[in-house]
Amino acid sequence: MTTRNTKVMNRFDVTSRLIAKLKREEAVIGGIGNTNFDLWAAGHRPQNFYMLGSMGLAFPIALGVALAQPERRVFALEGDGSLLMQLGALSTIAALKPKNLIMIVMDNGIYQITGAQPTPAAGVADLVAIASGSGLTNSAWAADEEDFERLVDEAMAADGPSLIALRIDDKPGVGTTRRDPVQIRERFMHGLGVREPL
Amino acid sequence: MAIAEQQTSSQATQAPGGRSWHGIVLETLKRNEISLIPYVPDRVLTPLIKNLHADPFFTTFATAREEEAVGIVSGAWMGGRRGAVLMQTSGFATLANTLASLAVPYQIPLIMFVSERGTLGEFNYGQSLVCRTMRPVLDSLALEHHTITRFDELEFIADRSIKQAVTTQAPVALILSPLLTGGKVFDK
Repeated sequence: MTTRNTKVMNRFDVTSRLIAKLKREEAVIGGIGNTNFDLWAAGHRPQNFYMLGSMGLAFPIALGVALAQPERRVFALEGDGSLLMQLGALSTIAALKPKNLIMIVMDNGIYQITGAQPTPAAGVADLVAIASGSGLTNSAWAADEEDFERLVDEAMAADGPSLIALRIDDKPGVGTTRRDPVQIRERFMHGLGVREPL
Repeated sequence: MAIAEQQTSSQATQAPGGRSWHGIVLETLKRNEISLIPYVPDRVLTPLIKNLHADPFFTTFATAREEEAVGIVSGAWMGGRRGAVLMQTSGFATLANTLASLAVPYQIPLIMFVSERGTLGEFNYGQSLVCRTMRPVLDSLALEHHTITRFDELEFIADRSIKQAVTTQAPVALILSPLLTGGKVFDK
């Protein structure tokens, strides 16, 4: 399946659909900007982590969580521009084969938050083909919202890492994450059962 | 001074008590329950990397970039598992944004071992230039860092610095000087 016959979806809508499926305290890492703004807007959970910088590191951070807690499913939400900054991470994940890591790529072909400039990949590169070529064989485009939900269900039952890419529109994020990095990190650690609150 | 330098320099090839610098680093990591070791390789680090791979206590693997490795150990720390990143001077130079936007503001005890290129016999001009950016970057973020030159100080500095990083939730860079490791010279 290529990007050409996939429906253009909305980031907040598909993020909300994902969160509604999470019943087992799954961890969710939200990439920089709109990706974590919509994660925040979908309703804060103690197992959510929001990046306020370090563009491109949503998948590596999620990989670290997945390696630390192999019994917990870990989701990472990343934008296409962010992923382009750290394509090598796909091979690292393919090599390590974490069974509990699910990567979701929100692809609108633009740097929406900086003024909607097209990414260098827009119209020329296929992110799912890049992921497959990086060794992540369980990578797919979601055709529409129902297909996305089906792919998430499949990924949650899979025996290896999965990557799901969606074409999304050019809308900005619905909410704005509270920019309090220490509290974000501390509450995430509480959510993962690593620490108790004071 | 010249004599003192000669003596410390000779330590690089002669480990007291049969111990090697990389053996001390490995044991110190293990004692501090640091088990996740992503790295971008360096010639000088090769014996350490090889022995880490051979020891099942550690999960040791290469990453494509140093930033990626920092992201991985940051996530692992939040998930309750300790890690450390191995890199070369030039790799450290790619990290300013990640340190300033992830490790420092989120108060993550990021433990970095940096094999120092660019000084004490460097043969590549670019390496000597990028080396000069390392300590100013560390100082500009007020990050704890130590340059380890001697065998007899290695265990103390590494062990105490790791414990301090964890308890104060702050990153630390441990710079492994050619005086300790022997460094990389032109004919290698």
